[in-house]
Amino acid sequence: MARALVNVPTRAKRGQVIEIKALISHPMETGYRPDINGKPYPRDIINKFICTYNSTEVFRADLHPAISANPFLSFFTVATESGTLTLTWTDDGGQLYVEKANIIVE
Amino acid sequence: MSVAADRLVAGGFFLLFAFSVALAAEIPRGERRSGYAFMGRETQAMQDDRTTNPGMLWVLEGEAMWDRKEGAAKRSCAQCHGNAAKSMKGVAARYPAFDAKLHWPVDLAQRINICRTARQRASPLAYESKELLALTAYVAAQSQGSKIAPPSDKRLTPFRSAGRDFFNLRQGQLNLSCAQCHDDNWRGRLAGSAITQAHPTGYPLYRLEWQTMGSLQRRMRNCLIGMRAEPFEYGAPNYVALELYMMWRARGLPMDSPAVRP
Repeated sequence: MARALVNVPTRAKRGQVIEIKALISHPMETGYRPDINGKPYPRDIINKFICTYNSTEVFRADLHPAISANPFLSFFTVATESGTLTLTWTDDGGQLYVEKANIIVE
Repeated sequence: MSVAADRLVAGGFFLLFAFSVALAAEIPRGERRSGYAFMGRETQAMQDDRTTNPGMLWVLEGEAMWDRKEGAAKRSCAQCHGNAAKSMKGVAARYPAFDAKLHWPVDLAQRINICRTARQRASPLAYESKELLALTAYVAAQSQGSKIAPPSDKRLTPFRSAGRDFFNLRQGQLNLSCAQCHDDNWRGRLAGSAITQAHPTGYPLYRLEWQTMGSLQRRMRNCLIGMRAEPFEYGAPNYVALELYMMWRARGLPMDSPAVRP
């Protein structure tokens, strides 16, 4: 179940500061939690998040253990031109989760 | 004041206290509040915004499952029930309900599994599994804003009163009943957390402490462990009886599923 919820305003005025909210479902296994035999479950977290706006990087975050399951990120950027915001999460297994959202700037 | 008078006053207080405990009854209608009202502003905002409410991840998963063909019958939920927004509206607000075939009350998750085994001829989903929580959350989300309206089915009465007895039963090593916290002391706090009135308005819900979705039965299990009583297996009749009584106790409150709780 890798599902993400992304909230980007569909329309914005040029130069307007917009908020982007992104929630993804992920267990964020820390690597410190022992199983019934005392052996820790292997670490499996989302370690990187990148948001690009028409292929320009506008936000990047490194995530670490002790961030809750289903991490939620919220950040701001300036609406410069119409186009696509691409949100990419990378986890320890190297798997990419990609979500795209379109914005019209007028 | 003399020692005798002191004793008299103390005794009077003791009597008053004992009396108030003995008299403590159901919370009057005007004072009934959902767990939502006890939360902090930030948690309330998290629940209200559909893009920050993590419960929505399960609801979306459930929406996909609704249309998926399952089991030997190769039928989807949608093929019988159609558009969930219409057919499932208010359903979660009246469950648990009496099952005529089983002669037994069933809760929403159990009803989904009955449908799965009888109509779809698929294997039942495990309690607290991602799939069962997702489908239950999707069905429950259709009742958002509906008022809790327990059925007046007479066959439910003995089970509901068994649930009421269980709610008032002192148990566990701490010798506590549900009512002592949730009827008598809901204005208070326990180790910094609000006690709340225990109205099941938003289940299944996303609990920040669990970092996942969970059912009402999981929450009851939590409380039972907290009072150091032995919890039951998931799906046990005692849980369903307690659910019946709790829904009746919360009648009239609006549903807010998928809820977020601390």
